[in-house]
Amino acid sequence: MNDMTEAKMICATDGNCPVRNYFTNIRKAVVSIFEGLTVTSSWFFRRPATIQYPDKIEKPVQEMLPENYRGILEVDVARCSGCALCSKTCPIGALAVNVEKNAETGEREILQFDIDIGKCMYCGLCSEACKFDAIRHTPDFEAVSCSASDLVLHFVKEPVPVAKPKTAPPRRPLGTILATVVPGCYDRVRWPGMPETPEAAKSDAPAEKETS
Amino acid sequence: MNALANLADQFIQWAFAVNPAVWPYTWIVQFLFILAAGAAAMGFVAAFAGPVTWVERRVAGRIQSRVGPNRVGPQGILQWLADGMKCYLKEDLIPEGADSILFRMAPYFVFAGMFGTYAVLPFGAHLVATELNVGLLYLLAITSLVVVGLLMAGWSSNSKWALFGGVRSAAQLISYEIPSAFSLMAVILVTGTMSMQGIVLAQGGWPWEWFIFKNPFLFATFFLYFTAAIAEGNRTPFDLPEAESELVAGYNIEYSGMRFLFFFFAEWANLWIMSAIATVCFLGGWQIPGVSPEYIANATGWTWVGLQALTFVIIAAKASTLVFLVIQLRWTLPRLRIDQLMITCWKYLVPLSFAMLVGVLLLMVFVPDGSILDWIMRILMTLVGAAIALTYLKRIRYTYMVDRDNYKKMSGKELWFPPYRLP
Repeated sequence: MNDMTEAKMICATDGNCPVRNYFTNIRKAVVSIFEGLTVTSSWFFRRPATIQYPDKIEKPVQEMLPENYRGILEVDVARCSGCALCSKTCPIGALAVNVEKNAETGEREILQFDIDIGKCMYCGLCSEACKFDAIRHTPDFEAVSCSASDLVLHFVKEPVPVAKPKTAPPRRPLGTILATVVPGCYDRVRWPGMPETPEAAKSDAPAEKETS
Repeated sequence: MNALANLADQFIQWAFAVNPAVWPYTWIVQFLFILAAGAAAMGFVAAFAGPVTWVERRVAGRIQSRVGPNRVGPQGILQWLADGMKCYLKEDLIPEGADSILFRMAPYFVFAGMFGTYAVLPFGAHLVATELNVGLLYLLAITSLVVVGLLMAGWSSNSKWALFGGVRSAAQLISYEIPSAFSLMAVILVTGTMSMQGIVLAQGGWPWEWFIFKNPFLFATFFLYFTAAIAEGNRTPFDLPEAESELVAGYNIEYSGMRFLFFFFAEWANLWIMSAIATVCFLGGWQIPGVSPEYIANATGWTWVGLQALTFVIIAAKASTLVFLVIQLRWTLPRLRIDQLMITCWKYLVPLSFAMLVGVLLLMVFVPDGSILDWIMRILMTLVGAAIALTYLKRIRYTYMVDRDNYKKMSGKELWFPPYRLP
């Protein structure tokens, strides 16, 4: 029996011909490298998925976020009834609410409403507990500051009388209060449509996109 | 006498009006010319290896649907300077228990093995440091110095990962030298010379005059050489010596700062070397289509300068295309296992390069150069090459079109974002 017939017999019996496999491997290698190169070449013509935060973006990331995004908390003290449910539900104690009765006028006043966003874990329990829509999450998430003490936001500068639920003013647009409270908020990267100064943000605040 | 010494002699005659053969200071001028040529080559290496790292990262970015470095300088073009600066400022560590002399020497071996090749690589019709008559042999010999350097780095680091990397690289580089040398031997046989310029002169400017399209065997030999050269350059899919997932970083793991950078400098400079060798041996080198080498040799004045520049542009364009292909291959193919690597070399590349060598020899005997059959083969192979290129473009279009409508439906944006639109 010579070599040729032996090779043929191997091929015929178990269908696993080493010679044929050898050339099949070469063909597979050539074809798969060729096809692989065409696939990677086609990616040169496709849009990259990268969002180049923070500067090379079409609109601020804050606007791309979903509506129920839980960013930095803000409090509209004009609507706050001083019930302090938020600070009671807070699992970490990130909120410090201090309400006292004014001896002269006899009205209850909010003396202090501090939120330590360094402690806050953005669980959203406080905003759920609030019946008057005073404490809410904004879509702002850029909380970086140079010192840890800047992370404590003071929403009450001078004592504010507690709000009566029926006469409370309408909710200010989301984020406008935060802009007045966060130190250096307006020194950050700018985006088109962002108010020039905190004062401008207070006055010509856009109409709120209220859904509820 | 080589071209550089001739140039020095001409300069002496022109500047000092003496006979360079009897002038006692001829050797000083020649030495200065050699230094200048070395500095020019070094400048080219630096100017190539630096920016190509940025190109590689941008290409990798786009292939992976990312952007890549685009912050340092316009579109990140100065990224390589920032990286180099960073490595300069890093501490130069030598690990405890390492053989400090060998450890410090190893990067220079790798770099010298790479840089030595630039002595014979032609950059244009007359832009070559020396016209060595055994140029190709010299190339194969001097690149073996890289193996010594890698092994030295792996051994002297006193680290098991570095040792594994060094031993692997030695095994890989020595194995793959065989197919690459045999592929180049086919070219040497066809031309009958080992001089790089001689090989270029044996070809022509038009594609059908190139060796890659001379006959089917040389066509296959080109791809065999290219594969072997990628493996010799430690590029993915053959980057076993520095397989991050297995060896942390391979032979260079204990290195830091500038010494670490030297290895990568050599790796990227090697990209140009392998592409330039492939261009010279298979793709017609610096030949200008429709312009004969005699015309270039006899040109004077600004015509000469213009023609030299054009030859450089041509060889640079061809080599850059190959460099781009190597970069793209890196981000296309997964890394081979060590046994697959050895199987690829010993079971496929070595026998195939032997077979192609025999085929080339047979065709040399039966189809003499310039015969009608030779020309028919050249034209046919050129058409085959064009058909492959066309199929390649069609397949790129196909893979793009498959996803286009789906992308628009899901994201609301056009998928079209061509390479010239820099994000």
